[in-house]
Amino acid sequence: MKLHEFQTKQLLSDFGLKSPEWGVAITPEQAEEIAVGLDAKSFVVKGQVHGFRRKLSDAYLVYSPTEVKKAAGDLLQRKIADDGGVKANSVRRVMVEAGVIAERAISLSLFIDPAVRGIVLSAQNCDAAGNVAAFGQAGVQQLTLGTGHTFPEYDVMLFAARLAIPDNARNAFSTLTHGLMRAFVELDASRIEIDPLAIMPDGELLALSAVLTIDDNAMFRHPSLFALRADDEREINAQSYRLNYVSLDGDIGVAANGAGLGLATIDMVRAAKGRPANFMDIRTSASSVEIARGFAMILDNPKVRSLLINIHGGGMQPCDKVVEGLGIAMRRTGRSLPTVVRLAGNNAHAARARLEDFGCRIVDCADMWSAAEHAVAEARQ
Amino acid sequence: MSILVNRQTRVICQGMTGRAGTQQTATMMKYGTNVVAGVTPGKGGQRHLDLPIFDTVAEAVQQTRANASMIFAPPMQAAAAMIEAIEAEVPLVVTLTEHVPVLDMVRVCHALKGSQTRLVGPNSEGILAPGICKLGVIATGNARPGGIGVVSRSASLTSEVIAQLSAAGLGISTSVGVGGDLVHGLSMKDCVELFLADPETEGIVLIGEVGGTEEQYVADLIRQKKPRIPIVALVVGCHAPSERRAGNTGALLVHGRDTAAAKIAALGRAGVIIAESPHLVGATMSAALRGQKDQKQPRAALG
Repeated sequence: MKLHEFQTKQLLSDFGLKSPEWGVAITPEQAEEIAVGLDAKSFVVKGQVHGFRRKLSDAYLVYSPTEVKKAAGDLLQRKIADDGGVKANSVRRVMVEAGVIAERAISLSLFIDPAVRGIVLSAQNCDAAGNVAAFGQAGVQQLTLGTGHTFPEYDVMLFAARLAIPDNARNAFSTLTHGLMRAFVELDASRIEIDPLAIMPDGELLALSAVLTIDDNAMFRHPSLFALRADDEREINAQSYRLNYVSLDGDIGVAANGAGLGLATIDMVRAAKGRPANFMDIRTSASSVEIARGFAMILDNPKVRSLLINIHGGGMQPCDKVVEGLGIAMRRTGRSLPTVVRLAGNNAHAARARLEDFGCRIVDCADMWSAAEHAVAEARQ
Repeated sequence: MSILVNRQTRVICQGMTGRAGTQQTATMMKYGTNVVAGVTPGKGGQRHLDLPIFDTVAEAVQQTRANASMIFAPPMQAAAAMIEAIEAEVPLVVTLTEHVPVLDMVRVCHALKGSQTRLVGPNSEGILAPGICKLGVIATGNARPGGIGVVSRSASLTSEVIAQLSAAGLGISTSVGVGGDLVHGLSMKDCVELFLADPETEGIVLIGEVGGTEEQYVADLIRQKKPRIPIVALVVGCHAPSERRAGNTGALLVHGRDTAAAKIAALGRAGVIIAESPHLVGATMSAALRGQKDQKQPRAALG
């Protein structure tokens, strides 16, 4: 689960992360009001989109509340792509932050490194715009923080020295490192990024931007965070239906059982010069009603021109259950599309027999490649 | 020869009394796997599927001499179940549970250090040695015994690849699902090492995905060992949405080493044969084995 920057800063402030003063607005007038309230000479206005990574083009540095209003008005009309660049979301909120003049900046991130099976802190010197800059030794520095219990103070101090963090900021850096580590474990984060982290002349550390991703699998431990979710509505719905759903921008609806088979299907559609509209992987635990909800999401998308269903029925998810779900979705939405199926494994025969009753055009393919080619051809018609 | 499991494998199932546990344990027993007991805290002393149920793994191991455990616990209890099995020194633990929180796995792997246990999974479809032992939920319909080892991060693609191998007239020695989660037990590289140490394995199929760096370590191993048997790899996710989690792939792109293209390049440089498309894995292995035979025969004539 990804959060807005302001949500991240709010959550991490409980763990000792400091930021310049800020407020959140949904109208240009509110933004102006916030700016008046901030005692600052300059202001940064940033559009809030989930998973947003700071890009200079999506933020404004301005010098008066009137300019803040204008910048907010501009951002609130815009669409900003998330960091995968997959799709653009409308900006519904802006964050207005007091501008600061930093001595220097570093970029800081915590993530799980599968090779060490532990949490790693990675840092690099950068300038205030996020570009790599050399202070002391250049390059990315990494410190393994391990399993989430304790790590030696000495290591952190050595790490700070390698980054050439000024003496007056070293204690703040150590406190911040411990706080972020605690946040990582207590919030079940899969990634925390503070980029840039400003080092102020007085040794204070201020987060100018922050990204926090929470492990979706651990959300059961954090019921209070559910309220902060505001991702793509389709993707949230899909999660509650035991489906992995990712919106893409093409015209072929793709469903497979299993992430690997789903990724393979997407690769083949692209190899056949087609464009998938989504990635949908049906989990083994999904019921036919839940599968139906997934298909309904695909059918609801007016851009979709053909359906490609690639199922290798296993012990827990036989083919006929998936086809049953498709049937329910077609009845419920009243929309049918040319449907290309590749059915193999458990109950494939039963599933084929069911398909004949659906009243849509079905192309039954023996292997994945011909199914991908047919789906692309159907979408072009 | 099979790896990890054999005819002496005696299996307990943690979470056997649940719906999925019941169904899959029954399927496994029907296949011939020697399941000896179930473990469900609070249900000790009961019988289920005509097998004894114990409260703890330690008790079950002591009473039944079990040497493998299969875990069907729900995500929030999976880590505790794995740690219990590790502490009871079960030599082989296979976790089928999907959606285990990654920090829980960090703790489990910490418990694993220096232990006697080999952990497969989580989010694994299990281990299948056709005709000998099925430990998990993997489909068996198409699988027949033979000399090909399969190591996979994807359950659905494993079924597909096994079907392709069968269609090409090839059998499986063992198929191991290491699981697609970011942090997990046995690695692809560990499995490849086990297969390379087995004189009867004639070829290895690797099924990889975008995300993580496992395939890179396999590439390093193969470059060092230069095995004589053909190794065929399929890596999917070339067109996966970047920086997005696609299902179980844990596809957090960190350094660029974990893109499907980077993995394909690394494996290719190491001498692994890359299957050009997901539907060509069986045919590719079949061609590789034929090619190898053709090369061997003149040498045999000289010898």
